[in-house]
Order: sequence, then C-alpha cells, then structure tokens
Amino acid sequence: MKLKLRFFASLKEQLGREVEEIEVPAGVATVAALRTHLVKRGGEWQAAFAEKKLVRAAVNQEMAPAAAPIKAGDEVAFFPPVTGG
Amino acid sequence: MKISVQKEDFDLGKEVDLLRKDEKVGAVASFIGQVREVAMTLEHYPGMTENSIKKIVEEANSRWQVMDCTVIHRYGELKPMDQIVLVAVASGHRGDAFAACEFIMDYLKTQAPFWKKEHRADGARWVEAKATDDSAAERWQDPKRKAS
Repeated sequence: MKLKLRFFASLKEQLGREVEEIEVPAGVATVAALRTHLVKRGGEWQAAFAEKKLVRAAVNQEMAPAAAPIKAGDEVAFFPPVTGG
Repeated sequence: MKISVQKEDFDLGKEVDLLRKDEKVGAVASFIGQVREVAMTLEHYPGMTENSIKKIVEEANSRWQVMDCTVIHRYGELKPMDQIVLVAVASGHRGDAFAACEFIMDYLKTQAPFWKKEHRADGARWVEAKATDDSAAERWQDPKRKAS
C-alpha cells in the first residue's frame, strides 16, 4: 500500500528529505510497524528510528501513538518531540 | 475564536481590544512568550499546526467558560526579545480566563507541531523538548480539574 511520509526538524535534516511517497507491505499496519520497516533501511534510518530515540508521529495530521493504525493513502509524519510556545 | 500561524509580529493591545467587544465579557487573561537571548528559526507543520491549536482551544472551551479566544504563534526567523506566541482568553470572570489561558499554553507546548532551532555562536542546534513541559500539560489530565 502507498503512504505519504513527511519529516520535520532534526529528523528531516538527518534523513535529508522532507517528503517521500513509499510503498509498504500490507502487514505494515501501525505507526510502530512502519517505524520498524524504516529502520530496516539501515544507515541514518536505523539511527533516526532506533527504539531508544524519541520520535513522535502524526497520522493524517493528528498526533498518533505507536499503536495507531495506518491505511493506504495516509499521510504519516515523523518528528522529534515538539518545542514551540 | 481566532487562530493564526504567521511570520509577522502581532499587537497585544489590538488583539485584547477585539476580545473585549462584548458587554458580557468581564475578564481577559493574556500570555505572551518571547525569544530569550538566542536567535532562532521556528519550523512548523502547516495544516496540522492550526488543527491542533483548534482542538486545544475546543478542549479549553469544554472545561471553562471561554467566550472568545485568540491564539497567534509565529514561525520563521526570530531574534532575541521578538514575540513568539500570544494566547488571550475572554470570559465572564477571571478564574475561567486565567485557567483557560494557562491550559492552552501548557497544551500548546506539548501538542502543537513547532520546533525551535537556535543559532548560537558555535553553530545551530535543535532545541530538545523538556520533561517539565510534559508534566505541565499532564497536570490538566484529570478532566474534572477546573482551575489551579
């Protein structure tokens, strides 16, 4: 299934991209599963998405916990904890 | 309700005047955050930012009497002493105005997708989130909580 990935702040710089269209296997059905899928790319991806790293996610522009479901066509964003205000 | 995510500066006096234009309003509480010491760039997630602030304001509205509310958050390049954020809440009485204003600010710190990058003499670095910001937001989690 197709997903649109977005990256922000330090994650965007580390991965060298802001947006990516990606095709993932049907089994990748949650935010946590997608993260594991991305770790398999190795290199910076492994470093950025390692389990101990604090990475937040949003699905279709809503904050999403690791267990949040994802489906074809979703916009999934990854970013560090927010620091506004 | 007015929510604006903008590069431009804002004027507290003008914003508060707009909130006072109702005879039932008896209190307006406002908060301004400004850049402390180090120049920075603020990045955000257009679309999600506005929606997340709207949800925070709606939550405040369900807990307290919020007659009107303005939230302005800037992004882009900001220098020391520049204003970053404004939250202003109009209510019938001060208790609701103070509490709703503080609640909105605490939630904005942990829920609205903004990131600060500081520009120091030795280079630029992304600001790390503080655990104290999480605990400030968590103390509001009891839905029965009305005021501090």
